[in-house]
Amino acid sequence: MLNFRPQEKTTLVGLSNAGVRRNDRWLVRGVDFSIGRGEIVTLIGPNGSGKSTTAKMAIGVLKTDEGRVERLAGLKVGYVPQKLSVDWTLPLSVERLMTLTGPLKGREIEEALAATGMLHMARAEVQHLSGGEFQRALLARAIARRPDLLVLDEPVQGVDFSGEIALYELIKQIRNRTGCGILLISHDLHIVMAETDTVVCLNGHVCCRGTPQAVSQSPEYLKLFGGRAAGALAVYSHHHDHTHLPDGRVLHADGSIADSCFPGDGHHHHDEAENIHDHDPDCGCGHHVRLNGLERTEKRDA
Amino acid sequence: MLDDFFIRALVAGIGIALVAGPLGCFVIWRRMAYFGDTMAHSALLGVALSLLFELNLMISVFIVASAVSLLLLFLQKRGALSTDALLGILSHSALSIGLVIVAFMTWVRIDLIGFLFGDILAVSRSDIDIIWGGGILVIFALVYLWRPLLAATVNPELAEAEGLKPERARLFFMLLMALVIAIAMKIVGILLITSLLIIPAATARRFAASPEIMAVFASLIGALAVTGGLFGSLHWDTPSGPSIVVAALMLFVLSLLPLGRRLGASHRF
Repeated sequence: MLNFRPQEKTTLVGLSNAGVRRNDRWLVRGVDFSIGRGEIVTLIGPNGSGKSTTAKMAIGVLKTDEGRVERLAGLKVGYVPQKLSVDWTLPLSVERLMTLTGPLKGREIEEALAATGMLHMARAEVQHLSGGEFQRALLARAIARRPDLLVLDEPVQGVDFSGEIALYELIKQIRNRTGCGILLISHDLHIVMAETDTVVCLNGHVCCRGTPQAVSQSPEYLKLFGGRAAGALAVYSHHHDHTHLPDGRVLHADGSIADSCFPGDGHHHHDEAENIHDHDPDCGCGHHVRLNGLERTEKRDA
Repeated sequence: MLDDFFIRALVAGIGIALVAGPLGCFVIWRRMAYFGDTMAHSALLGVALSLLFELNLMISVFIVASAVSLLLLFLQKRGALSTDALLGILSHSALSIGLVIVAFMTWVRIDLIGFLFGDILAVSRSDIDIIWGGGILVIFALVYLWRPLLAATVNPELAEAEGLKPERARLFFMLLMALVIAIAMKIVGILLITSLLIIPAATARRFAASPEIMAVFASLIGALAVTGGLFGSLHWDTPSGPSIVVAALMLFVLSLLPLGRRLGASHRF
């Protein structure tokens, strides 16, 4: 799938061996990936694995302590942060929230609110919204400014299952219509948006990466989620061969404990089903990357 | 007209209230009430240094208040103590150092109560020029900084990601606070400046549907409190600063009454 991507696609953001260090601890390091125009990259990983940190590095909110982040000059970002709370003392309607970081035309505001199904709430104060409504308002705000790169940190949190499907459908439409690149952080370790071009699994470093397998190809999931979900969701099946202990050391599947990950550490993909990214040369499971001393050997970068 | 001390106080007080409104809104939105208090308390150190080195009073207060806010930013970044502990340390030590320095200067006699609680008699014509000149400057700066400051209030990372400069806006905001504290000191006094920032803004919250409307309402409510307070102070011969604060408090209490329910969107406040 990846090698069919046209080479002339503009790279919006490229991270190479990027890492952030706080209080003598690496929050995340050795991150390599890039997002092109029209491309959807999904970050997955357990809590504290550095997903939000990685997204913040990509958009320049956090400076890297190692490696590089290159952004297209004049890149316009639309950002939906993971946590956002508006103080009760601040009177802020959904409509006013839309123009928080830049002016917009009335039509643009209406379009974005209509797209996310929030037009009827335009005059409501954001503090009165439910979790799902607030997420949709934030998404509307981010897309209304027509960004080159949309960064969504767990956009479906607090949204029910059918709302989640609808939001993924909407994100897909936005990508198709505007051709923007999308960096999505998923709260789920295995279920990602079907349109995702690349899944990057983090656990303090890039554990593995690959393309998701469409839910529709897997009868079990199809049964579980139903036909409508099948179009929007995809499975990224893998399991960890090591876990990170609270003190930063690494516990391997064989019971051994080491100070850091082995060069070949990562995730092992399940062999059952016709997992399209299993042992795919383009998968770049992270093994190649680590084995070759962080040299970028994947075809993706060619 | 400005020959009358009362008119001078009124013109100066209203000028300060108009500036304090929008600035005070940010103080409560950003939960910086105690921070404002710390900057205001450090003003007494500014007073003491201005007497010691024979500097202009307002400039000296402005410099000290700015320095204290920068020091706080620096200490916050080091992250050794929580912000409220740092504020407590800075606030009272600046106030105390100021009082100690004043006590050492036996050759000067200052009206300490006037500095702490304000003194309408002290307002001169040149004070009015400075208050209105400085006030207009602050309003222009706030209009210019409005978007980045508001975006950073909601979420600094969002503002940063979308190309606004929240750090710079925050720095300018602190300088504006220092400036307002320096020019407001004579009217309400060091100990009461933050109340003029906070109470009118808090009163305005119930009636405001947008941040901009809240800022304008806060200015108007502040002006009303200054007018009421000064008239009360004249009538009952009470100190000007506390009288203004009491008037502001009365307006705040009025705003809590369940009158015109449809005006206020929220009653949680």
